[in-house]
Amino acid sequence: MDETDITFFKDGFRLDGRRAEELRPVKMEVGVLARADGSCYIEMGGNKVIAAVYGPREVHPRHLQEVTRAIVRYRYNMASFSVEERKRPGPDRRSYELSKVSREALEPVILTSYFPRSVIDVFVEVLQADAGTRTAGINAAAVALADAGIPMKSMISACAAGKVDDTLVLDPMKEEDNFGQADLPIAMTPNGEITLIQMDGGLTPDELHQAVEMAMKGCRDIYEIQRKCLVEKYSQLEAPAEEVHACE
Amino acid sequence: MPVSDVLSEIKKDYLYNLVLKGERADGRSFEQYREISIEKNVVRKAEGSALVKLGQTQVLVGVKMQPGEPFPDTPNRGVIITNAELVPLASPTFEPGPPSEVGIELARVVDRGVRESKAVDLEALCIVPGKQVWIIFIDVHILDDCGNILDASSLGAIAALLTTRVPASKFDLGEDYSLPIKDIPIATTAIEFGDVLMFDPDVDEQSIANTRLTVITTASGNICGMQKSGKGTLKQEQIYRIVDIACEKAKEIREKFLEA
Repeated sequence: MDETDITFFKDGFRLDGRRAEELRPVKMEVGVLARADGSCYIEMGGNKVIAAVYGPREVHPRHLQEVTRAIVRYRYNMASFSVEERKRPGPDRRSYELSKVSREALEPVILTSYFPRSVIDVFVEVLQADAGTRTAGINAAAVALADAGIPMKSMISACAAGKVDDTLVLDPMKEEDNFGQADLPIAMTPNGEITLIQMDGGLTPDELHQAVEMAMKGCRDIYEIQRKCLVEKYSQLEAPAEEVHACE
Repeated sequence: MPVSDVLSEIKKDYLYNLVLKGERADGRSFEQYREISIEKNVVRKAEGSALVKLGQTQVLVGVKMQPGEPFPDTPNRGVIITNAELVPLASPTFEPGPPSEVGIELARVVDRGVRESKAVDLEALCIVPGKQVWIIFIDVHILDDCGNILDASSLGAIAALLTTRVPASKFDLGEDYSLPIKDIPIATTAIEFGDVLMFDPDVDEQSIANTRLTVITTASGNICGMQKSGKGTLKQEQIYRIVDIACEKAKEIREKFLEA
C-alpha cells in the first residue's frame, strides 16, 4: 500500500524518536550457544536474531564437497511466531533468496581454501522480526564465524537505508519498511567493499547515491559494535595453563 | 580436479587475457548488448506471451490470468505471481525437480521489477473489493541459457504483459480488454571481472565472474530494483557506474522494442 495516514516524522523525529540517519539500538552477545562452534545473538531494534556456525566439518551429502575449498552453507529461517501473522514453518521462496544473498555477503571474506572438502554451516534463526532481519542475520553470522575461529579476511557488517515520505532514513523499522518508498540493504567490509546490495522501491539516481552512503555509514557504526563485542569476550579469556601435568 | 574445473581455469585465463587487451570473446565492447529480438504473442492459449532472444539465449514468458481472492491486506488490488522454470532442456547444468535457488532468485528479481515499478495498474484489476480480483501469473520458461537469462526474462515479462488481454469474457465479466500498463521496467546486468565491468555477460563470462549486479530502471529513469549476486565484492564507484550505464541501456532498449 502506498497511501497511509501514518505520519512518519514529527518535528524531525521518526516514529520511534530517531533522527533520519540514526540506527536503532543494537545489542550483541557472542558465544551464546554451547553446542555450536561459534554463535552470536543480536537485537537490532525489534529484531531478535540468533546465529550459529558449525564447522569446518565433513560435507554431507558428499557429492557437494569441493576439492580445493570449503563450501559455505547459510540457512536463514524465520520462526513461525516471529511475525504478526503466523508464518508457515520451513523455508519459503523469500528465505531461499535471503539465504543465497546472505551467503554471498559472507563468502567473499571467508578463507575457504584453508579447508578443502569441508563445509562451514551458518544457521540463522529469526526469533522476532521487525524489518531488517537479513541485515541483523548477517551481522550476527559474521560475528559467529569469528567466534568459531573461521579464518576471515575481514569482518562483514550490514545495514539498510530506506525512503519514507520522500526522506531517506537509516535502518528502517517495520512501519517504515511496510509503507515506505524504498529499501536498500547493504553488507560490506570495513574497507567499503560491498558484498551485498539489493534494492526495491523507487529511488532517483541521486537518492540512490545518498542512500548507499547512508547505509555504508550505518555499516561502519555496526562494525564498531561487532568489534567491541568480540574484543570484550576474548579479552576476558584466561590463557591456558603453561604446565600440563601428566597423569601417573 | 574435475575436468569442468580445469576447463574453467583455462577459459578464465583466456578471457582474462582478452580483458587486458580491452576485448571480449565475441568482439563486443564491454557495455554492448548482444542482439535483441522480441516476438510477441507466440502462444495463443496464453493471455499474453513473448519470446525473447538475447544473442543465443532464448526465454519464453507466458501470462495467464484468472479471477481469485485478493490478499487480505490489499483487498482492492490484483495479484501478481511470478514463477521461473529452469527446465533441463535449456542447459546441461539445469536439473529437473523443485525450483533451484537460482530459479527462485530469478523469479523474485523479475517479480521485483514488475512490482516495484508499478508497471501493472493493480487497482484496475479489482472485480469485487475484498472478494474477487484478477490474478496474473507470469511464468518464465528458460529455453536456451547462453548467459544473462535474468535480463532476457525480465524483458520477456514486460513484453508479455504489454500484449496481455484480460480474459473477462471467459469468466462472464464483460468484454476482454488490454491489461493496463503504467511503466516499463528494464533489467540491466553487469559482471565484474578483472576490475572491468561487462554488460550482458554470455555464459562463459558469467561462469568466470565472481560478482554480478542487476539494476532495474523505470521509464522515468529511476531505479526500482537491484540485486547483487555471486561471491565477490563491488566498490561503491562500480555500483554507481553500473547504475549510470543501466539507465542509458534501459532507455535504448525501451525505446527500440517496447514503446511502439
